[in-house]
Amino acid sequence: MPKPEQLEFFVDPSRCIACRACVEACTECDTHRGESMIHLEYIDRGHSTQTVPVICMHCEQPTCAEVCPADAIKRTGDGVVQSARKPRCIACGNCVAACPFGVPELYIDRAIMMKCDMCYDRTSVGKKPMCATVCPSQALFFGTRDQAIALRPRSAPANTFRFGEQTITTRVNVMVPRGARPSHVDVTAAMRDEPHARGLRLPVIDTVDPFAEVEV
Amino acid sequence: MAKLPVDDLAITHAFGPHLSPRTRGSTSDAPDKLVKTHCCFCGQQCGIQLKVKDNEVIGFEPWDEFPFNRGMLCPKGVKRYLQGSHPDRLVTALRRDPQAPSGFSPIAYEAAIAQVAREIERLQQQHGNAAIAVLSGASLTTEKTYLMGKFARVCLNTPYIDYNGRLCMVSAGAANKKAFGIDRTTSPWSDMVGTEVVWVAGSNVAECSPITTNYIWQAREMGARVIVQDPRITPLARTCDLYLPVRPGRDAALFACVLGLMIEHGWIDREFIAAHTVGFEAVAEYCKTWPVARAAELTGVPARSIESAAELWGTARTSFLLHARGIEHHSDGVSNCLGTINLVLASGRIGRPKSGYGTITGQANGQGGREHGQKCDQLPGMRDIANPAHRAHIAGVWKIDEKDLPGAGVDAYELFRKIDAGEIKGLLSLCFNPMVSLPDNQFVSRALDKLELYVAIDFFLNDTARHADIVLPGSLQEEDEGTVTQVEGRVIKINKAVDCPGEARQDWRIIQDLARALGRTHGMTFASPREIWDELRVASAGGIADYSGITYEKIERQMGVFWPCPSDDHAGTPRLFEPGSHNPIANGAGPFYFPDGKARFHVAEYRPAVDDASDDYPIFLTTGRVVSQFLSGTQTRRIGPLVAHYPEPRLELHPKLASKLGIADGDWATCETRRGTITVRAMVVTTIRPDTVFIPYHWAGAKSVNQVTVAAQDPISKIPQFKVCGCRVRKADAEPAYAREREAQQ
Repeated sequence: MPKPEQLEFFVDPSRCIACRACVEACTECDTHRGESMIHLEYIDRGHSTQTVPVICMHCEQPTCAEVCPADAIKRTGDGVVQSARKPRCIACGNCVAACPFGVPELYIDRAIMMKCDMCYDRTSVGKKPMCATVCPSQALFFGTRDQAIALRPRSAPANTFRFGEQTITTRVNVMVPRGARPSHVDVTAAMRDEPHARGLRLPVIDTVDPFAEVEV
Repeated sequence: MAKLPVDDLAITHAFGPHLSPRTRGSTSDAPDKLVKTHCCFCGQQCGIQLKVKDNEVIGFEPWDEFPFNRGMLCPKGVKRYLQGSHPDRLVTALRRDPQAPSGFSPIAYEAAIAQVAREIERLQQQHGNAAIAVLSGASLTTEKTYLMGKFARVCLNTPYIDYNGRLCMVSAGAANKKAFGIDRTTSPWSDMVGTEVVWVAGSNVAECSPITTNYIWQAREMGARVIVQDPRITPLARTCDLYLPVRPGRDAALFACVLGLMIEHGWIDREFIAAHTVGFEAVAEYCKTWPVARAAELTGVPARSIESAAELWGTARTSFLLHARGIEHHSDGVSNCLGTINLVLASGRIGRPKSGYGTITGQANGQGGREHGQKCDQLPGMRDIANPAHRAHIAGVWKIDEKDLPGAGVDAYELFRKIDAGEIKGLLSLCFNPMVSLPDNQFVSRALDKLELYVAIDFFLNDTARHADIVLPGSLQEEDEGTVTQVEGRVIKINKAVDCPGEARQDWRIIQDLARALGRTHGMTFASPREIWDELRVASAGGIADYSGITYEKIERQMGVFWPCPSDDHAGTPRLFEPGSHNPIANGAGPFYFPDGKARFHVAEYRPAVDDASDDYPIFLTTGRVVSQFLSGTQTRRIGPLVAHYPEPRLELHPKLASKLGIADGDWATCETRRGTITVRAMVVTTIRPDTVFIPYHWAGAKSVNQVTVAAQDPISKIPQFKVCGCRVRKADAEPAYAREREAQQ
């Protein structure tokens, strides 16, 4: 088995099938029992079955931690940005407002922010996170970079994102179409109404309404 | 008396479906044990480890090593553990009691068994042995399905047994036998990765068999082109290379046209056809009657897309074709399946690596459950009940006179017609919920009312069991052991995790308790599933589905054994039709399971659907599943997080149709067919043909779309035509009563 630090997270929204196995698996974790730390939304169900699973991207310089007035959000030595620490978190919601990926959530009833910590109890001992283990379409993939490259020749991992003036490098990778320039990739590019799976123009569905000629 | 004892709502209040708690236990609690077993739901049969503490399943842990799913699970698998220790669980036997508020009173188990035996005895003496019928299911272990067939034929001595695979696997099974002489997927799913083309015909893979998605998408990563044929842009179709938006009920014409184009362009393997098949010429002639323009007009698939499909499929060097209920649930379902098989045979791409063909089984044991004798015309080992040699073999194993072995019975729906006609007076059902799953279920309800005796075995009081005189508390999958055969033909082992609660019993014990109470214990004294298995192995020996070399130990050691496996030293047969692979019919004459070793082409004729869309009912109604629910929902409508995902049925329609009808997203919409109406909320989406509406079928009562589906059946397989009938749709006059009276899942 490879060493834990060699394993990385790769997210490919084009593979997501809206099954919510990741969401349900996430709710099984003891640290946030019954709550899922994954956000899985239809982009626009009226026009597509495209969904996007959003886990914490585990930024090198986490905006959430930077804006936290209580210093409640810590990044581990191996690069995992952890959920807010209970004794410190004042539930102010700064992190919720600041995170460019929309990951942290405030739980008012418990007066704490909670978010994905990449199943630290599992990943820190060499296991895969629960979501990536169960994901039946492997839109969430956890493995070595070599594995990701060998298994996904049609896309490439990107982990640098620009939000306005802010450039963010993350521990989690998003699989983007080959040929795209990773330094200019915005994660929301995968969230357009008309999904660009694999970056190929898919003539039948993307550009032509397959039902255009059907009379009603 | 099989009428509902009290109002349906009162029964629902008492017996549910109620929701399980959202999660249970605590993952940090050290479980007493982790049990390696499989999910209880679909035919993928994903490996899973159940966490057990104090005789309760408290959660799961992925089973990364099991080769089919390597830890992957869909949401049903993740939350399946919540069915255990459920407040709705039946822990005593029940008797119908119109005086009780819930309609049922508890009764001691032995008293219930004795009462059932007395009633069966009485009805058989008055009306003959065939007055009793048995309905069984394909979610049971193979041991139980074998026992049910034996129980019906030997103990009850009735020809009338059939099973819910009638709604699932039979069109594919019949076509496979006609074309190949054997009914099994040809290849392990691993053969998909590295193939050039994957054609998915009528299968919402992402929702109904989610784990298969990764195989298809991994094939795509490695260069495969994916063709999806479906009236809806399913999650798999969303990113496919070629989408064929077929109008419901026209698949056979599409296949014939594609094959015609392949022949015209020389995109066929003439050497293979000549050496290994018969019947090609007649098929080629038939295909000529489907020129592209005619096929495009009928099927609603643009001519250029049909041509692209022919070119992609015709010119590939390796390929995999998958189909499921989308082409099988038709009154020409067998034709549709034969149409796909013709495409495969003409390509010559079968019986070798990276090429395959298969139907995606629906139920846990969709494969094994159709092989060993709970089907009305079948005996163990995929044997034919009308074949004298097959009868003699099984009579020998069962130690009965062949003359005492009943002949073929009738299919599950015909069985209800016989109940309606008064020929069948008593019914025993296990693992079957026809009030949700059969078409035109208002007829089923009327037929149930006419029964003098209805006995249901189940772990929850399902929607059909509400009609029962006696309910016997059966077992959940995790409360018993045995084998099932999953989608690839791999026989795997279900392991027991917990004991049955209260008075509940393992189903095979209940069946044998009935045999004992009837005083008919011959051949019904098995002490364990393993004993049943060992007899099944002997019974299947020499048959097409030969399990004789499969032991529980070999399954554990190899993580599954692909049948046929004819001897102890045989490792199993992952890929069929390879040179030298086990084939007791051809004996070396050729790859296929006929004496000459050749596969059969059959003319796969398009026949218009019964009750097709027409001037009166101009819109196509089609039905299917959603990812968070399973079949009739007996289990999944009781699991809170799954219900939350998709609480109630909705009617999908295209914005073009919606705007013509004045229906907005979220409005109540009424769908009317010749059988009646159903009112559900509308879901306006561009992902469905504008001439078609879709309603999923997992719910009961006023929410059951099978109130309005048509009871037409394929003449060969007897599968019902769930996938198409004509309907009208309008904005509802008012919200239905259920919206106020019931919880979403009820």
